Amino acid sequence: MPEFQHINVKIFAREGSTVEWPHLIPVFHRWIREQSFPELLIDVADYAHVPEGPGVMVIGHEAHYSVDNRKNRLGLLYNRLAAFDGSNNDRITQAYEGALAAARKLEQEPEVGGTLRFDEHDVEFWVNDRLLAPNNPEITAQFQEEVAAFLQQRFGNSPPLETSADSRDLVRVRTVAAA
Amino acid sequence: MKVSNPLWKEKLAGEIAPQLAREVDIFDNEVTLKKSGKIDDKIFAETRLRRGAYGQRYDNGQRHDGIQTRKLEYPTPDTKGPGTLWHAPGMQRIKIPFGGLNAHQLEVLAELAEEYSDSIAHVTTRQDFQLHYIHIEDTPTIMRRLAAVGITTREACGNTVRNVTACPIAGVCRTQAFDVTPYAKATAYFMLGHPGTQDYGRKFKIAFSGCKDEACGLIRLHDIGAIGVVRDGKRGFEIYVGGGLGTVPQQAKLLSDFVAEEELLPLCLAIGRVFAKYGEKKNRNTARLKFLINKIGFEEFQRRVAEERAALVPEARWTDYLQHLPDTDEEPLRAPQFLQIKNSADSEFQKWYDSNVYGQRQAGYATVTICLPLGDITSDQLRSLATIARKYTRETIRTTVEQNIVLRWVSEADLPAVYKELKAAGLGLSGAGSIVDVVSCPGTDTCKLGISSSRGLAAELRERLLQRGAEVDETIRGLHIKVSGCFNSCGQHHLCDLGFYGMSRVKNGFAVPHFQVMLGGEWEHNAGSYGLAIGAVPSKRIPDVVDRFTGRYVAERTQGETFGAFIKRIGKAECKKMVDDLMVVPPHEVAPEFYQDWGDAREYGVGDLGEGECAGEVVSPAEFMLTAAEREVFEAQLELERGDVAAAVKTAYTAMSHGALALLKQRNIGFPEDAESVLERFRKHLYDTQLFWDDFVGGKFAQYYFEAHENRNNNFNAEQAHRFIEEAQVFLEACHAVYARLLQQPAVAAV
Repeated sequence: MPEFQHINVKIFAREGSTVEWPHLIPVFHRWIREQSFPELLIDVADYAHVPEGPGVMVIGHEAHYSVDNRKNRLGLLYNRLAAFDGSNNDRITQAYEGALAAARKLEQEPEVGGTLRFDEHDVEFWVNDRLLAPNNPEITAQFQEEVAAFLQQRFGNSPPLETSADSRDLVRVRTVAAA
Repeated sequence: MKVSNPLWKEKLAGEIAPQLAREVDIFDNEVTLKKSGKIDDKIFAETRLRRGAYGQRYDNGQRHDGIQTRKLEYPTPDTKGPGTLWHAPGMQRIKIPFGGLNAHQLEVLAELAEEYSDSIAHVTTRQDFQLHYIHIEDTPTIMRRLAAVGITTREACGNTVRNVTACPIAGVCRTQAFDVTPYAKATAYFMLGHPGTQDYGRKFKIAFSGCKDEACGLIRLHDIGAIGVVRDGKRGFEIYVGGGLGTVPQQAKLLSDFVAEEELLPLCLAIGRVFAKYGEKKNRNTARLKFLINKIGFEEFQRRVAEERAALVPEARWTDYLQHLPDTDEEPLRAPQFLQIKNSADSEFQKWYDSNVYGQRQAGYATVTICLPLGDITSDQLRSLATIARKYTRETIRTTVEQNIVLRWVSEADLPAVYKELKAAGLGLSGAGSIVDVVSCPGTDTCKLGISSSRGLAAELRERLLQRGAEVDETIRGLHIKVSGCFNSCGQHHLCDLGFYGMSRVKNGFAVPHFQVMLGGEWEHNAGSYGLAIGAVPSKRIPDVVDRFTGRYVAERTQGETFGAFIKRIGKAECKKMVDDLMVVPPHEVAPEFYQDWGDAREYGVGDLGEGECAGEVVSPAEFMLTAAEREVFEAQLELERGDVAAAVKTAYTAMSHGALALLKQRNIGFPEDAESVLERFRKHLYDTQLFWDDFVGGKFAQYYFEAHENRNNNFNAEQAHRFIEEAQVFLEACHAVYARLLQQPAVAAV
């Protein structure tokens, strides 16, 4: 089994969620000021002007957090930059927990006003490193296996998983796990 | 940083041109040496800048969080330049000569943005790409992956020849004299790494345009600007020199109204050599070419250029490329088909067609502009664009200085389909090159020198102008707005109808972000004239400034009057009067938003300003060579470890020769290029004169060099090679000591 590092996890927003991008900016600056997460948080990057873009981000040293709108799908993205010790399962778990913690925290922020809700079961996982995890059927199957094991452990079931067939894309697995 | 970094070198072995591979290996080793504390901060800073690895805001380890300045606790206190922390994110600039790209290159840029940055690739006002939030230890891998698709980052920053720009529609332009693309390309690669361009005190910019009256090349703001002209059936260039923006903007002056094509490269080199020889090296504020011309006078400058030109030793490269000049090196993928579009049922398509499609000189083909808000494009979009470029063209893609991308040679009949696919990728925005297509430098978002948020303001103006329907308003849609975060003019705020640059003012006891208002500059005629400064207005009132001036222009302009002419007619005093009330800042307790910048929730301050790296570090060529020589000794050790004895000896000898050359350079003793000449001059000027001698061991260390020269082609065993490398190391130590002594001595005239 290859070592899957630099795991990204995007927890999608529930149907009907909306975001006022400028409202995220004070929230994210506050997160930096309060160092709300274990990683060193550095700055806010605002890409709200980019259609189907990465939205508004908190730039970190070990990981970036963002409300991401790529493919026109809103979600809370945890992008792990630094290596993380342990097994693949540990890394997937760590990235998922990072994303979920940020999602839950954001939902509670007064500036967001309850308009943004995330579905912890509606998740996409990918490996942000093409050399460690080239997008081919073998590696994709192995990553699927790891994600399935994580979902089983987390939600008690292993739902169907979608993958990306575009070999230019990163290895990614998308699921809607049963609640 | 990425776990996979050490694996990429092997993965890409054989896929990179040897010279490029070598350059990246060198940088990789320099990163390793710096990490282990073996390279001085200042030298490493200039080294990485010359490879496009730039600093970014907060890389000094401090950030004002809106309440107080806090320390950013990076894992180690190590540095990658003076006051620049090793682990702090930086920017990687990627040179794209004349903006030319193919689909595979777009895909690699997409990968790099995704894996190492924030999934955004940013197109700059010099047709480069930039990736932000990059870790320095990722940069060698980024460079390798770029090199594998033929892109170099060499000399993207620092005191070098920056990206050579050209009109993005050169070759398909209806008004061009001829296609300047191959000349821009030849100049870019001729000047890149040329020994005659390595000793500048400041950056050096070159641009090409195929015609005089259009804006595309922005010739008049460059150190060298070349406009294609045909005289008596022969191709040549009008050459302008000494232009520049910055704090002291100056338009380039005409050096020659016709330089034959075969004279282009030697003339550029001669101008560069005059700059290297006589340009300011210590005071970076007066080190651009324009200051040298002002100092010595234009006639004297011309004389020195002629003198340098006469002294150049001819190189085959001056004219080799001319043998392969076709009219254009691009060809269409699909047959030409004509399309007349008026009043399309799809109004969005019609709007896009009206603003983003340019009918080429080649009938039946069009160039499509992909409008990128603030120059930003995502990784997914880059891949989509690559797919579209392959499907409809022969990957004829270029970036523009207006921070957009153009797709050339689209058969007109394909335009509806191309639009549909671009739109599906989020790339179907209309308004390219119009008033809503606001240009901006990075400003306080990422730049260490940024004073005000240029991108924040640009995004706000774009949004408001779109809401106003300005892109379809006939009278104002052709106006240009450009924003810089400070006076250094990276947003080119002088060259547009409405320009703004960031500044700070203290009002009511608080710092308030402001922008200086510049009106009536000329984007057309290759940056024909610069705008007038009207006054500093609080950031939050700049949209009102735009509304007032565009509103009055619409109401009061005379038939055919341009915005620039209108501003000139009503006069600076009247313009100032129009914004007087907007300059007033309400008290903090009444309007706290005035004390914050656009897109930033923090209380405004300038405490995060750092020292810019734009000017590079002033490091003497000798110092550079000595550092390179040390790195070579290190590489020799690696080669020996790998068991390649012959390579190790060769590299160690090269290091010694470079050490000797560094001292010759310091003594201003010519610039010998072959090993024999270096040794001969070293012996004559440094050994025989006893300048190299040590108080205790006399000329012993020089003997190592002489013996190495004699024996370098012998067959060595590993032990002998080891000793050879040791001696090279000792010789270099001595070179450093002598260099330190020479610094204490007065400078000597050239020999």
